[in-house]
Amino acid sequence: MYVNEMVEEATVHDRPERKRRLGLLFWLCVGWIVVNVLAAILANVLPLQSPILQNYATINAGPSWHHLFGTDDLGRDIFSRVVFGSRVSIEVSLGAMVIGFGAGAPLGMLAAYRRGKFDAILSSVMYVFLAFPAIIATIAVLSFWTPRSLLKIIVVIGVASIPLVYRVIRGAAMTVATKDYVVAAKVQGATDRRILMKELLPNVAPIGISFLLVGIATVVTLEGALAFLGLSVNAPTPSWGNMINESLSILQTNPWLAIFPSLAMCLFLLCLNFIGDRLRAHFDVTEAKL
Amino acid sequence: MLIVIVFIITVGAFYLIHLLPGDPAVVILGTGDSPANRSRLYRQLGLNKPMVEQYFVWIKNVLRGNLGTSFISQTSVWGTIKTALPIDVEIIVLSQILAFAVAIPTAMRSARKPDGWLDRILSAGSFTLLSIPSFVIIVFLVLVVAVKLGVPHTGPSSYVSLSSDWIVNLESLALPSLTLAVGSYVLYYRVLRSDLIATLQEEFITMARSKGITQRRIMWRHAFRPSSVALLGTAGVNIGGLLAGGFIVQYLLSIPGLGYTLIASIGRSDYLVVQGIVLVVSVGVIVINFAFDFLVNIVDPRISRE
Repeated sequence: MYVNEMVEEATVHDRPERKRRLGLLFWLCVGWIVVNVLAAILANVLPLQSPILQNYATINAGPSWHHLFGTDDLGRDIFSRVVFGSRVSIEVSLGAMVIGFGAGAPLGMLAAYRRGKFDAILSSVMYVFLAFPAIIATIAVLSFWTPRSLLKIIVVIGVASIPLVYRVIRGAAMTVATKDYVVAAKVQGATDRRILMKELLPNVAPIGISFLLVGIATVVTLEGALAFLGLSVNAPTPSWGNMINESLSILQTNPWLAIFPSLAMCLFLLCLNFIGDRLRAHFDVTEAKL
Repeated sequence: MLIVIVFIITVGAFYLIHLLPGDPAVVILGTGDSPANRSRLYRQLGLNKPMVEQYFVWIKNVLRGNLGTSFISQTSVWGTIKTALPIDVEIIVLSQILAFAVAIPTAMRSARKPDGWLDRILSAGSFTLLSIPSFVIIVFLVLVVAVKLGVPHTGPSSYVSLSSDWIVNLESLALPSLTLAVGSYVLYYRVLRSDLIATLQEEFITMARSKGITQRRIMWRHAFRPSSVALLGTAGVNIGGLLAGGFIVQYLLSIPGLGYTLIASIGRSDYLVVQGIVLVVSVGVIVINFAFDFLVNIVDPRISRE
């Protein structure tokens, strides 16, 4: 029996060492996301052709040196449209997550720490909103709230994500708030502010970051779906969803127009999901907590 | 709880109309419409009364099954929804049969030898599929199956109703069902796999093994039921999501389900139809979630006892 326990202890100790390494693929994915974000920020400075310049001399051209990804039915450069299109996806997803986490995370942590009436009321309000199908709410509000703009899209998706963030962060903070070290800090007379920032926040952060990545991936997909409904940014501004939608009418003559933005979007999502997955394994966060 | 949520949904759906800039009657009917129509809309929505009373006028109509009459197509909103909804149900049922039929055996195969070569391939495959949005899948399925291979009745606008020709109907719904099945499969496979792996390490499984019960029987009779709680919960949320989010596959193939009708109505500014569909889908999603919570309690009675 004693030997068994020792063996178990030894193997348990071994594990975190092995997990510490995130692997090459992880860093490749991080690199790809960084490249995407940089390209989106610097799109104006990079030596790209204009994404809205129409050139009827070269319509529906395949990939070539001059047009890396070919051109669309209006002779616009697909490569440049894909790069500029990433802006919308990244802006909407980051903006929405800033709103969602900005409101949802502090409220969730406070509710888990304070408990009592504050938690009871806030949680029941949030749960009612959670029951409301978010995608239908988003579509409904965006179709009625005219005229549409990028900011409105960000606000609507961001507000819709608040209850989700609240639920995840509250759940994570609940398990931390009952731990001995939090009680110890309280006994020592630490202020609430200090406990929230120094004890709760660092321990909730891994789950928060994993959920942030899932959230960004979800919003990128959602923006694509909204583009299909004509509820995203207006033409001729490119977005990945917009471009895939535009490509449908000429799918037979020019499949490139569908392939490149789809590839860009899927690769972006794959990297986000992979980073999230690895981080969850690294921090020992189970998927059920999200 | 259910009643509170449904109440809030009806309030939300009703006040959508007031998000429209300016006088809703003018926005809905357009500036050039006749005063007779405008007064009909005022009566239907009770627009001349105070806000709270407007809601009660509207909800009384809704409870009688009267969601209003579209001012664009001049047909009853409820009638429109009633013809579209069965198509959604059919696609969802088909996709779920496909998803479960593939997810359960593959998850069992993976769980039998976690980190084995088959598990690695299946897990990597499901991970890749997880990152492909449904609108990308349907676009490429249409491109390959309907356009390149030329399989009949699979392209856009080939929908035929179930009552007129069920074989063509199934053919026309094959690609959308397959698309929704892929997304569901990934979810179910991942959830069931990780739960099965955890269950298979329990003592009662070791006990069953030591009694010499076959692997097959252990999987189906002993491990499957305790591992399916999270699966059912996921399925409930996912099916609700398909009802609300399945509009893209319908839109692309012009299948006249609720999602297609919703998009078409947004495009035509047919706000009463949009409002009606939002209401029906929201309530539908909540009913599905509650139904699956109930199912979970049957599979694992310990949950309701807690």
